[in-house]
Amino acid sequence: MLSALLVMAVIAIVLGAVLGYSAIKFRVEGNPLVDKIDAILPQTQCGQCGYPGCRPYAAAIADGEADINLCPPGGEEGIQKLADLLGVEFKPFGGDTVIKPKAVAFIDETTCIGCTLCLQACPVDAIAGAAKQMHTIVAVECTGCELCVAPCPVDCISMVPVEEKITTWKRKYPIYALTTEK
Amino acid sequence: MRMLHKFHGGIHPPGNKIQSTQSGIARAPLPSRLIIPFRQHAGEQARSVVNAGDYVLKGQLIGTPDGFVSSAVHAPTSGVIAAIDMQPVAHPSGMSDLCATLIPDGKEEWFPHAAVDYRNMDPGELRQYLRMSGVVGLGGAVFPCDLKLRPLRNHPNKNICTLILNGAECEPYITCDDMLMRERAAEIVQGAEMLRIILEAGQVLIGIEDNKPQAIAALQQAVTESGLPFEVVSIPTIYPSGSAKQLIRILTGLEVPSGKLPPDIGVQCFNVATTYSIYRALAHGEPLLSRIVTITGNVRQAQNFEVLLGTPIDDLIALGGALPDTNHYVLGGPMMGMELASTAVPLTKAGNCIIAASEKLFPPAPQILPCIRCTRCAQVCPVNLQPMDLYWFSQSRDFGKAQEFSLFDCIECGACSYVCPSHIPLVQYFQFAKSEIRSREQDNKAANHARERHEFREYRIEREKQEKAEKLAAKEQAIRQQSQAAAAPQPEIQAAIDHAREQSTAAAPKNTDNLTPQQQAEITEIEARRENLRELAKSAVEHTKE
Repeated sequence: MLSALLVMAVIAIVLGAVLGYSAIKFRVEGNPLVDKIDAILPQTQCGQCGYPGCRPYAAAIADGEADINLCPPGGEEGIQKLADLLGVEFKPFGGDTVIKPKAVAFIDETTCIGCTLCLQACPVDAIAGAAKQMHTIVAVECTGCELCVAPCPVDCISMVPVEEKITTWKRKYPIYALTTEK
Repeated sequence: MRMLHKFHGGIHPPGNKIQSTQSGIARAPLPSRLIIPFRQHAGEQARSVVNAGDYVLKGQLIGTPDGFVSSAVHAPTSGVIAAIDMQPVAHPSGMSDLCATLIPDGKEEWFPHAAVDYRNMDPGELRQYLRMSGVVGLGGAVFPCDLKLRPLRNHPNKNICTLILNGAECEPYITCDDMLMRERAAEIVQGAEMLRIILEAGQVLIGIEDNKPQAIAALQQAVTESGLPFEVVSIPTIYPSGSAKQLIRILTGLEVPSGKLPPDIGVQCFNVATTYSIYRALAHGEPLLSRIVTITGNVRQAQNFEVLLGTPIDDLIALGGALPDTNHYVLGGPMMGMELASTAVPLTKAGNCIIAASEKLFPPAPQILPCIRCTRCAQVCPVNLQPMDLYWFSQSRDFGKAQEFSLFDCIECGACSYVCPSHIPLVQYFQFAKSEIRSREQDNKAANHARERHEFREYRIEREKQEKAEKLAAKEQAIRQQSQAAAAPQPEIQAAIDHAREQSTAAAPKNTDNLTPQQQAEITEIEARRENLRELAKSAVEHTKE
């Protein structure tokens, strides 16, 4: 009786020690789910979801605070991926969501007064310029978040949709009629 | 007799090669206008080095390679550059690309050029020379040749390093390589020797399908005459034996692993037409300016022509004389070629064949029926894939699964579509899936890049804030110290002040000390009077208050 109790106690202590050790040794910094969600989000950092960037939105989803259908740049495909990852139902966009084609910002350089307000707004540092110097968008870095449009005091920034080029052209889904009549 | 191997699957479509091999290669007349795209090769577009209005000589560089995978573009004849702008090109999208328009002056005046001493040249320099000569793979992939010419040293047994010349030309209708081998075999053999030297290859095999006996004989004779130890191998006619990996399998029995390239197993493969252009580049210093094109199908006279690159395809069709019932044109072969949306596009380095198609030659595709999973496609797939599964994943956009089933090993040969009893255009689905996956990878890369930039920006802002705070704290500290110093006088001064005070108290005794009794009495009297007055004043004040 006593020996059995002793054995159980020793096993409990050993296992406890192992668990305790591994909790310290294999400790994961941050929430790995946030990383996984963040990897699905399109990283436009546009804030259309109501959070100040993709990562805060990912954190909010992981905490169960935010819905999965708040990211228009990610499209329905993004929602589908989030639903698959989180094991929840697909949820369509709300009625007032506008999905725009991918665009990049363009600064009308004749109007720009060099106020640097757009520089401060750009989440990916895609605008080059300095105080009282003309600014310009580095188009390849622009994510099309539109955050620079509102702060501009002279309305010289416009969003230009990205045109399909021969290098970015995608093959269309093959569509064939499946009628049986001849 | 070399032992040949078999690859999995393959099909036997009707050859239709006899029509265009009745007469030799003819030189196409000089067109009135050449449109030269700056992207005629796999990889990055060449960068224009000429301006509209410039006079250029035949063989003069007009586009310089721009990027690691890139190649040069030259003026195919002498004349004036009329424009550098976007022109429609032969591309499945039907879109435009940057082109130079050249109006020939008819003089065919050459840019100075000379043979190259390739035997004593540094291999790196030689590769750079071929890059600047614009030599790319003419079999269809148009991959820059210089990148394929690194010595095959990584194979443990150097003698096994094999150079293969691809003269299989397995696709129906196309005969440009066949005619080139028949007529210019000696040059091809010379080119092969150059390649062998550059690659430091142990053996050279020339693989030709047995439906081209004249080409085999011509090359055999050229090899014998040259005295070089090359082996001309006749291989059975089966589609797609002309695909590099399949030809390597037939000739050597080696299989190029998935995701690897032939040099990884010590083999390198060059098309015979590419070999010929390497010979022209090294032995004559001529860049790639023209190629052989088969004009066939529904035409009066099918024939091969030597055509300057940039010649409008309309001109070539006129050469062949398309019959009135032609309903569309195909660039390339019937298996892998593409239907031309417009014939007002220029010929590029990739253009090996133009087929005029009529309803009689190519009846419209029958009704497409659902897949019945008969696995006939899997039986003919030369890469051992499961096209019916790939089709299922591609049409349902399950791209991850398609990739798991090795979609990217598909060579798009079209054998599966050819045998499908439901007439499903399988390859189109695979092309769609590949294009979609590539674009997603691109998007993913862009997203990761944006994330990195955003995170760096946040880090930068945080760092700037911290730096500012530190600066501010340091400043405050300095001010506090200064004011403290000002409030607390320096010790010498304090000591002096203390000393003075001590002295003044010590030096000036009060005048009330040491008084005589008489003086004391006087003072007391005065004080009493004062007290009296104070009492009076106090009562007066109280009185007025009341």
